Amino acid sequence: MQLTVWTYEGPPHVGAMRVATGMEGLHYVIHAPQGDTYADLLFTMIERRDKRPPVTYTSFKGRDLGQDTAELFMEAAREACERFKPQAMLVSSSCTAELIQDDPGGLAKGLGLPVPAIPLELSSYQRKENWGASETFYQVVRGLAGPHVPAPGTERPARPEGQRPRCNILGPTALGFRHRDDIQEITRLLNSLGIDVHVTAPMSATPMDIARLGEADFNVVLYPEIAATAAKWLERMFKQPFTKVVPIGVGATREFIAEVAALAGVDPEPALRDGDSRLPWYSRSVDSNYLTGKRVFIFGDATHAVAAARVATEEFGFTVVGLGTYSREFAREVREAAKQYGIEPLITDDYLEVEAQVAELHPELVLGTQMERHIAKRLGVACAVISAPVHVQDFPARYAPQMGFGGANVLFDTWVHPLMMGLEEHLLGMFREDFEFHAEAGPSHLGASAPAETRPVGAAQAATSPAAATVEPEPEATPTDGEPVWSPEAEKELRKIPFFVRGKARRNTERFAKERGISRIEIDTLYDAKAHFGR
Amino acid sequence: MSGDKLMDIPVIRERGQNSMFCGLTGIIWLHRKIQDAFFLIVGSRTCAHLMQSAAGVMIFAEPRFGTAIIEERDLAGLADANEELDRVVARLLERRPDIRMLFLVGSCPSEVIKLDLERAASRLSRQHQPQVRVLSYSGSGLETSFTQGEDTCLAALVPELPQAPADGAPDLLVVGTLADVVEDQFVRLFNEMGITRVQFLPARNSREMPAVGPNTRYILAQPFLADTARCLEKRGATRIAAPFPLGEEGTTRWLKAVADTFGVAGDLFDRVTAPGIERARRGMVRMREQLAGKRLFMLPDSQLEIPLARFLHREAGMELLEIGTPHLHRQHLAEELTLLPEGTTLSEGQHLDKQLDRCRAARPDVVVCGLGLANPLEAEGITTKWSIELVFTPIQGYDQAADLAELFARPLLRKAKLRV
Repeated sequence: MQLTVWTYEGPPHVGAMRVATGMEGLHYVIHAPQGDTYADLLFTMIERRDKRPPVTYTSFKGRDLGQDTAELFMEAAREACERFKPQAMLVSSSCTAELIQDDPGGLAKGLGLPVPAIPLELSSYQRKENWGASETFYQVVRGLAGPHVPAPGTERPARPEGQRPRCNILGPTALGFRHRDDIQEITRLLNSLGIDVHVTAPMSATPMDIARLGEADFNVVLYPEIAATAAKWLERMFKQPFTKVVPIGVGATREFIAEVAALAGVDPEPALRDGDSRLPWYSRSVDSNYLTGKRVFIFGDATHAVAAARVATEEFGFTVVGLGTYSREFAREVREAAKQYGIEPLITDDYLEVEAQVAELHPELVLGTQMERHIAKRLGVACAVISAPVHVQDFPARYAPQMGFGGANVLFDTWVHPLMMGLEEHLLGMFREDFEFHAEAGPSHLGASAPAETRPVGAAQAATSPAAATVEPEPEATPTDGEPVWSPEAEKELRKIPFFVRGKARRNTERFAKERGISRIEIDTLYDAKAHFGR
Repeated sequence: MSGDKLMDIPVIRERGQNSMFCGLTGIIWLHRKIQDAFFLIVGSRTCAHLMQSAAGVMIFAEPRFGTAIIEERDLAGLADANEELDRVVARLLERRPDIRMLFLVGSCPSEVIKLDLERAASRLSRQHQPQVRVLSYSGSGLETSFTQGEDTCLAALVPELPQAPADGAPDLLVVGTLADVVEDQFVRLFNEMGITRVQFLPARNSREMPAVGPNTRYILAQPFLADTARCLEKRGATRIAAPFPLGEEGTTRWLKAVADTFGVAGDLFDRVTAPGIERARRGMVRMREQLAGKRLFMLPDSQLEIPLARFLHREAGMELLEIGTPHLHRQHLAEELTLLPEGTTLSEGQHLDKQLDRCRAARPDVVVCGLGLANPLEAEGITTKWSIELVFTPIQGYDQAADLAELFARPLLRKAKLRV
């Protein structure tokens, strides 16, 4: 058993729902007890979808157990097929139904439905949402494109003269972080290279579209967490190569353009020349100087986290102090990226561990998920969201892709916005004791920003205090065995250090004092320690 | 509707897809109400995900609930589920030394694998006493829907309540979670009537839970507490039958039932309630203008539907099309049912698609429904009121009557205002 407060991912059948809801003409019947219908609201409330997800639940109850839950499933599947007239169906068990072992796949087969029914085995007690989405997409592709696989050894026919190269875009689903806008941006980019998008899937594809996937020349994988498995299968079966670069940031977008141009046999130059990203110039302009070396902590799904680390380093001039992911399936990619930055990666789905590390590292900016947004808010650190899990705010009304050159512009704005502006920061440093322009004030352009918590918090402490968002007074210095004591003057001086490095300064000074047998920390000790450790 | 017809009110009974939460969702308000209690769901990742999604936004502070997620190794017998649970509870209590009462909350998977949480609770109680009392109840969708989770929770509390002396004066016990502000208003009214021994279940703190005994007169503040009522009666308490305190009329009748039980003189009762009645009626004037004649269709959700429909019809003048409820408890709702207009269509249980067909055909002005359905219906041009707001808002009592009506008027007003 695992003790969980908040989870980064839902159960695997929610991943399956993301695939089904993204598609058209597909219906998903889940064998599930009453209550599991909550998942509908993820789509209708968080993503503001104007249609119910194409999902039917059997809603069995305690009194049905031991009677005929299998019959309930068959009735629901028959009714759903008749009412919604899908081109294909998905059937599976939710976690509870897995335990009663009714075998929805077998039952659906026995029904002789007029459309294909694709069974899903989702291993709810082992797997999670992204795996569920990936497995579902793979099964949908295998089930529907499978009948069109050419005989082994067949050569891919050459593209007819005069026909533009075609690719599929794979990976976008319902409830994905900015998938809606990424597709638009990348489709436009591909078109500018003279490449047609044949099918985009799962988002907006019908089962009939899935059956045609093999006709394209190659695949563009935007979200490997969801589409890598399906893309590998398509490569094996249809000899369709797929892209490995995820076009987040200016550098990656350029590499992506080169990659697709090579796959399609077209000239990359038009798209590169057109590159209308403002990020490179904005980042070089002098007012961005203050961004240099900002300490940033990054956490999210593997794809977005790794991409953010690269953009933060190469395109913002930040220093990555922490990098992690909750996607254990992609831990290797994150470990490799972390090596480049000389840091230990954090691979965990325990939100409390992430919080503890943010508290310990004292970053100036957190790039994370909605969970990290809460952590950052509590610790008084600036934050921008770069990855699922998502919240209603992550579906903005405006066009806000993460990918391509347009996406890079969005990244620049979104990541810089929560930070204090350069001169403002200097003024704060100079006049720390101004009663309203004080060190704990948030950036002046963010009106309602809460004052930061001033004390470094251990995870347990932060987590147990419901009042953690309020400013607590510094504790009185009391001598304990072997621990140096702060003089009131040194304590006062410490407060003049910006809050996000204050905890570190305190610890370093104490360590410095202890190592030298200094029992009372004076102002000089503080500055000696600063000189010793540098920054 | 007259009393003798009560038992043969026609009710549409359906089964099929239910679009209702399970009883775990009750934890969202219970964990705020009982301030030193922690709710540990023993369930799956789905349960944990439900809690964080149903809570709408992730709550800023660490919530006093969590999930012990059952994993493959627990099912395969590689790990002893009870040992695992002991380990998880020990870790939790170490992290949260402020917790005094721990509820182990059963879920669909824990019930299917027959994990005996009652035994686990008494074992853990022995281990962690006197700091922490450990209780268990079921919030599983197999047994409970939405607000029934509060019922099973309070029913688990009742045997733990201290014994009230058998020879004392009668005590009043108000049963069912109310907003703190509403409780305080009711206490003031009861005190003015001379009823000073008033307690609430649940109390705001596990150490202040009310005593109960043969001298306890209890009144339900919520219509979904069938098990709790039964347990209280087992302890000798007597129920005061009344409609529920929604709207001016409901509140007056509810208070009156208490006043009569405690022998409060009629003129004193009138004097105490007059200002509240006046304020509630004044507040309702504007609301009635907006709601009168509007056609209401309610999908089943919280079991508050029948008292709400009574209020919206009698005090706001709304027309009732179909009133759905997850469960119809005829005894606890007897006083409510007699106040409904003749011929109201009631439905119990749900077959979602068939009910939505009826709903569209009835062309309602407002539909009360869950969060999963609201936007899709709005997109069809049907105005909705999300039902979950009705359990998360102070709606009982005189001073909340107009607020309650406003929850229904606002979507209509908005629809009229928007020009996009």
